[in-house]
Amino acid sequence: MVSIRLTVDNVERTAEVEPRTLLVHALREQLGKVGTVVGCDTSNCGACTVLLDGESVKSCSVLAVQADGSTVDTVQGLAQPDGTLHPIQQAFHEHHGLQCGYCTPGMLMRAVCLLSENPTPTEEEVRHGMEGNMCRCTGYQGIVDAVMAASQAMSDSYGANQSSIAEPAGVAS
Amino acid sequence: MTTTADRPDTAEVGQSRLRKEDRRLLTGRTRWTDNLELPGMVHLALVRSPVANATITGIDTTEAAAAPGVVGVWTGEDLPEQGAMPIAWTVSDNLKVPSLMPLAVGTVKHVGDVVAVVAATSKDAADDAAGMVDVSYDELLVVMDPIAALEADSPLVHPELGTNVCATWGMDSVALGTGGDVEEAIRAAEADPDQVVIRRTLRQNRITPAFVEPRSIVVDPTAEQVTMWSATQVPHILRILLAMTQPVDEHELRVIAPDVGGGFGGKLQATREEALVLLIALRLQLPVKYTETRMESMQSAHHARDQVQRLTLAARKDGTITAFDVDLVADMGAYLGILTAGIPLLGGFMFNGIYKIPAYRFFCTDVFTNKVMTDAYRGAGKPEATFGIERMMDELAVELGLDPIEVRRRNWINPDEFPYATVAGLTYDSGNYDQATDRALELFDYDGLRAEQARRRESNDPVQLGIGVCTFVELSGLAPSRVLGSLNYGSGGWEHASIRMLPTGKVEVAAGTTPHGQGHATAFAQLVSDELGIPFEDITLISGDTATVPRGMDTYGSRSLVVGGMAIVGAARRVVEKARPLAAHLLEADPNDLEYDRGTFTVRGTDTSKTIPEIALAMWLAHDLPDGMEACLDSESTFDPENFSYPTGTHLAAVEVDTETGKVTLRDYVCVQDVGVLVNPMIVDGQVHGGLTQGIGQAMYEEIRYSEDGQLTSGSLADYLVPHAPDVPRYRTDTTVTHATTNTLGVKAVGETGTTAAPPAIVNGVLDALRPLGVTDITMPTTPLKVWSAIQAARSEKGGAS
Ligand code: FES
Ligand code: FES
Repeated sequence: MVSIRLTVDNVERTAEVEPRTLLVHALREQLGKVGTVVGCDTSNCGACTVLLDGESVKSCSVLAVQADGSTVDTVQGLAQPDGTLHPIQQAFHEHHGLQCGYCTPGMLMRAVCLLSENPTPTEEEVRHGMEGNMCRCTGYQGIVDAVMAASQAMSDSYGANQSSIAEPAGVAS
Repeated sequence: MTTTADRPDTAEVGQSRLRKEDRRLLTGRTRWTDNLELPGMVHLALVRSPVANATITGIDTTEAAAAPGVVGVWTGEDLPEQGAMPIAWTVSDNLKVPSLMPLAVGTVKHVGDVVAVVAATSKDAADDAAGMVDVSYDELLVVMDPIAALEADSPLVHPELGTNVCATWGMDSVALGTGGDVEEAIRAAEADPDQVVIRRTLRQNRITPAFVEPRSIVVDPTAEQVTMWSATQVPHILRILLAMTQPVDEHELRVIAPDVGGGFGGKLQATREEALVLLIALRLQLPVKYTETRMESMQSAHHARDQVQRLTLAARKDGTITAFDVDLVADMGAYLGILTAGIPLLGGFMFNGIYKIPAYRFFCTDVFTNKVMTDAYRGAGKPEATFGIERMMDELAVELGLDPIEVRRRNWINPDEFPYATVAGLTYDSGNYDQATDRALELFDYDGLRAEQARRRESNDPVQLGIGVCTFVELSGLAPSRVLGSLNYGSGGWEHASIRMLPTGKVEVAAGTTPHGQGHATAFAQLVSDELGIPFEDITLISGDTATVPRGMDTYGSRSLVVGGMAIVGAARRVVEKARPLAAHLLEADPNDLEYDRGTFTVRGTDTSKTIPEIALAMWLAHDLPDGMEACLDSESTFDPENFSYPTGTHLAAVEVDTETGKVTLRDYVCVQDVGVLVNPMIVDGQVHGGLTQGIGQAMYEEIRYSEDGQLTSGSLADYLVPHAPDVPRYRTDTTVTHATTNTLGVKAVGETGTTAAPPAIVNGVLDALRPLGVTDITMPTTPLKVWSAIQAARSEKGGAS
């Protein structure tokens, strides 16, 4: 067992993990972050996507020990403490970007990262930027619309070059 | 033709209400089965067969049993209490049912068959120990191809059955009294210089539902009722089937489907995994969890389609069809799931499509092979049938040199011919195929694309344009119970709902259909709001739990709205009828003098009124009820449809085929559908987009493949290619509306339309692009290699012939 420290959704946490434990399992089974889910064993579905030090990663392809000392943001930290949704969450809601919702945690976290790298993507760029995330329900159209709409909403309210896009909506920068 | 005109602007039905269910899902406040942790819970790992057909000669569990954390290891022989898995559809008297035990006893029949189960204090410990179970196999010959399985010298999947034929089932228009003799009509056509006879053999690829949430089960035996949580579409059906087959009685078992991450028919099953978790929990008297890996899901959860279709179509040279003969071989895989044997025959009712066909025959041979069982997947029988007829309509158009739209127009049922009794014995209640097609042609710019196609052909453009057409109808809204009875189906097709009127004016709707992404909480609240005048926000849905919703038939076959929704409307109307006498009492009026409109009773000609929430409170208080009135406004209703639902539409695909690389690109996709009155247009769009993407997946990307010796070679999402965002275009959709006449709201089903119509539209498009090169057929999926090879083969044939 190895002891790791990490900041998960703005809270400092420690966990005892085996060297082989994947980050997603540490999150789900040891840290109670069951909002992040698993859909495959080959890093193809993206359902497990979180931000690791601000970058989206598939948490099934990172060892928990690799995340020692890092900041991990999951879907559960995306909305503000008062419940106000992050613009990407709001856009998924308004554009029917989810049905069963199983792919949604990963989709949202990937979209947050995509928009931080490219705040005003074209539809083509959104489709390619979200390529690593599989959705079986929506046919992607609502998801793509949502990411485009969030891009619009976020550039309207913060300016296109906001550096910490993982920050919840409405936090004054 | 829109119907919103006769409904007030304030009506909820017809509005694109944003979904009630989103907030939890968007914030990770979810309850997937795998999230559940219970005190003392143990975890299971399953040992699965790596070979496709074998006798088990020995299983050594000693090392596994001694491994750290292990609570128990069992083989099939160690679980004498296990019962054979159920089937729910005895399609014919000659049906052969192989025994499928939760844990294999003596033999394995496909890769992924379960041979041992390990319980341990952690998932890792269980997995580690499972790797230590030593199983010896005596391998046997396998048969992987359904046609080969019919040959006299084929290895038998189940030698004790004496044959690989699982069942045969047929229907024809003479027996049905709906038309002429198909053989006679085809013979006559062959002798008639004014007719053509077209024979084709088409293939349905084997695919899998590929829900994103792997199946997961938790069983807690520590309460009065044993509780099972399962990622299932069918908690009610599952409870009954487990009670009928495993050592637990129905009243001792509660089944809960919590949040379920997609199903598409793939979670319409009673699985060995569910039975095993139950069996081990009962053995240990501890909570037990099992969650499959994706690889296990591919090896064990049921697959779908996998048919060979031998089709014969006769038509006059003006394009009118004179006969259609369908001879299917359907691959069951090694075992039967609950509906496996019946899925292909659902197609029997649909091979005639939207057309007037004077003579028709359908015959299906269900065959065993050493593969995973097939069963329901979005569309279930109808996509297969639609593919068959719609591919043949294009073949007919080519044969006769007619435009594919025109040949369809000459055969389809006209708007003034509804209700229309079909040659397959159904009655289509309503439709207007001209209207949907005309709108689709306009949206698509059909003429413009045909002109571009001609230009590209002319200039020998290496990238050719193809236009794919599919006009379809599908049988949905399962199902009239009497029809199911006549087909030997093991249950009714009704649906149940109850409405609980709370004293604070809020409402709980308990519905027997259980959602896994369809937006029930939203759409059902819209229905109830209109009936009872209760604000949308004040209505909540309870579902997916046999304790809180005791009656239900669950979710499949696009039944949630057209069957389940009608039960909800029925229950709401009963609330109104129960409220009326109390309203009259409180208003000191005669019940017959009360007018009711969306939640308010008004004394005719006055402005004195009582609302439903006021009456709900008065009922709860029960201080001033008329003599003899029961103090309860809650109501329930069971709805059994008198007919199926028949959504229809026209799909047009523009595909570009790079003749140098074989790459197929879907450039544009237009679909105009008639799904009746729309309750929530946004949700309808979502259903259409999702269904289309799965249909396009079957046509262009997805295929379950096995090697000749029975190894699954597409066992992960790296090999089984589900479309991702860049693989599909922006869809352009519209709706036309004809009212369903079989329910009070005029609604039709929608969930399965995309998977039904898209595959033939795509394949017809690819062939349309390639026919000038001499390519006459291409099987799904239309991968670059396959397309490229077809082009090469056609070229060399042409070269050889010249
Ligand atoms: S679980 Fe599928 S990519 Fe991580
Ligand atoms: S919403 Fe179900 S998988 Fe994306």
